[in-house]
Amino acid sequence: MSVYLLRRLIQAVGVVFAMSLIVFIGVFAIGDPVEILISPDADQIERERAIRALGLDLPLWEQYLIFLGKALQGDLGRSFVFNEPALQLILQRMPATLELAIAATLGAIVIGLPLGLYAGLRPHSLGSKAIMAGSILGFSLPTFWVGLMLIMVFAVQLGWLPSTGRGDTVEILGMRWSFLTADGLAHLVMPALNLALFKISLVIRLTRAGVRETMLMDYVKFARAKGLSPFRVTFVHVFKNILIPVVTVTGLEFGSTIAFSVVTESIFAWPGMGKLIIDSINVLDRPVIVAYLMIIVLMFITINLIVDLTYSVLDPRVRLEGK
Amino acid sequence: MSVALQTAPAAPAKDRVETPFQRFVSEFCESKLALLGLAVFTVIALVAILAPWIAPQDPYDLAVLDIMDGRLEPGSKSGDGSITYWLGTDDQGRDMLSGIMYGLRISLTVGAGSALLACIVGASLGLLAAYAGGKTDSAIMRVVDLQLSFPAILVALMILAFLGKSVMNVVIAIVVVEWAYYARTVRGTALVERRREYIEAAQCLALPTHRILFRHLLPNCLPPLIVIGTMQVARAIALEATLSFLGLGVPITEPSLGLLIANGYEYMLSGKYWISFYPGIALLITIVAINLVGDHLRDVLNPRLKK
Repeated sequence: MSVYLLRRLIQAVGVVFAMSLIVFIGVFAIGDPVEILISPDADQIERERAIRALGLDLPLWEQYLIFLGKALQGDLGRSFVFNEPALQLILQRMPATLELAIAATLGAIVIGLPLGLYAGLRPHSLGSKAIMAGSILGFSLPTFWVGLMLIMVFAVQLGWLPSTGRGDTVEILGMRWSFLTADGLAHLVMPALNLALFKISLVIRLTRAGVRETMLMDYVKFARAKGLSPFRVTFVHVFKNILIPVVTVTGLEFGSTIAFSVVTESIFAWPGMGKLIIDSINVLDRPVIVAYLMIIVLMFITINLIVDLTYSVLDPRVRLEGK
Repeated sequence: MSVALQTAPAAPAKDRVETPFQRFVSEFCESKLALLGLAVFTVIALVAILAPWIAPQDPYDLAVLDIMDGRLEPGSKSGDGSITYWLGTDDQGRDMLSGIMYGLRISLTVGAGSALLACIVGASLGLLAAYAGGKTDSAIMRVVDLQLSFPAILVALMILAFLGKSVMNVVIAIVVVEWAYYARTVRGTALVERRREYIEAAQCLALPTHRILFRHLLPNCLPPLIVIGTMQVARAIALEATLSFLGLGVPITEPSLGLLIANGYEYMLSGKYWISFYPGIALLITIVAINLVGDHLRDVLNPRLKK
């Protein structure tokens, strides 16, 4: 086990370094930040001073080594635009994104599980067919368009929910959260639902498939033959067994939820990391782009590592295969 | 398995042996929903191709646009009474119906073009991986695994952040995002196929590798490739629309459906819904139609589901 763990860790570190190189070189090719960041009125001396201050005059490999050395100390450069450390800028916006992603994940389970359960228990009823058709739509509708439609219906036509922003926030542990105030919660509903849409469809399908498979199992037949109430069979015997794959997949999807929040945050003007990265790409704020990509890559590699390790604990074959 | 390639000799009329292609067509026609999807998609494709001839207005021709006609409601007439704007106008006084027709052209070209390119790249690498095996195989598949562990939108964002914004870069981004799906699918099928006798026979004849790969192995890997390809075209169109909506896709001068939707976004809050709504509906119908066809193709071409 420890050999496997060590190998996976070394692999993960290798991927982080490879990605840091790809990201750095990629972003260098984006264009000349000098043109954008220094005002055209600046004279030659001012320009050169600015170039030197930003470290843009050094050769590429030297810039990378400096970048790597600083990155290991948690310094990913200063934003050209905000003139603040890029890492700090992103970490400030992270709670907003995390809040949205967690709300979306919880929403997907709370909405998806009961619907999937119903569709699995009564596969031929009209309601189930409607649910399954809806889940196909959930897979194929572009997220951003659904977001616009939500705004159109609930914010503009009905006026029930606010369309943009985060609302009132409460500060806990030095971070600002909006789910604890009524106003913040109202602001959270639509973006979270929008982000959850794809996952709701996924949970419905997983749950339905799981229920249909489990219902044919001998232990379910036995529980029924014992004369247990259908309620108890469904919620104790069947439910427990379908929860494992549903929870695993939802956990795995958490990373992509954070990535997809880029779209949702842009529509609802939610002040998270995703909105920051889109703005940064548009003004070519290199350090912020690099820092965002590095943090996201790190997050993904960690999630994948945790999933792999959990599987190797659950299923010894995974560990033995690689030897 | 081989659906597209074999054309059996004309069967005598009395025992009427179906060719695999005929069987495929008749099985495909069993689903009314899939036929509807195909019909709708054909109409959409025709509209996109014929847009310059059937659109009421040329949305790129600034001479015919009248800024006084800006943001008119659906069904209103233009100031000089020459045309009726059935789907309203945008802030430039551009007819939305014409805008959507031209936008479809760009969306479909970028979507289908990049999906096709991704298919060529992915299928070639997948075939190579399966046929060569060993180090080549594990190198290619490791890249595929790495790629698939990151969500599409993130990979696309990364590439557009590196390369900047242009139609070509959107195509590159979609190809980089999608090739891995083709590669994995083709490799899976090709691994099974390469152990068959006809490959052995071709090897005994000392045929060149590229000939074995593309003339013998590839045609027998086509069915799953067609299914994946259909679905990926829909995904490519959606991804292009998303990127354009975020302002990272096509330039303002060549508005695809995604950009048309983005243009209407700011007017949505003041109740002028049509500028975003109708391009969105067009996008939606296109994607759903392609998915309906793809979904049924999967059932028809899957040998495991054969009765």
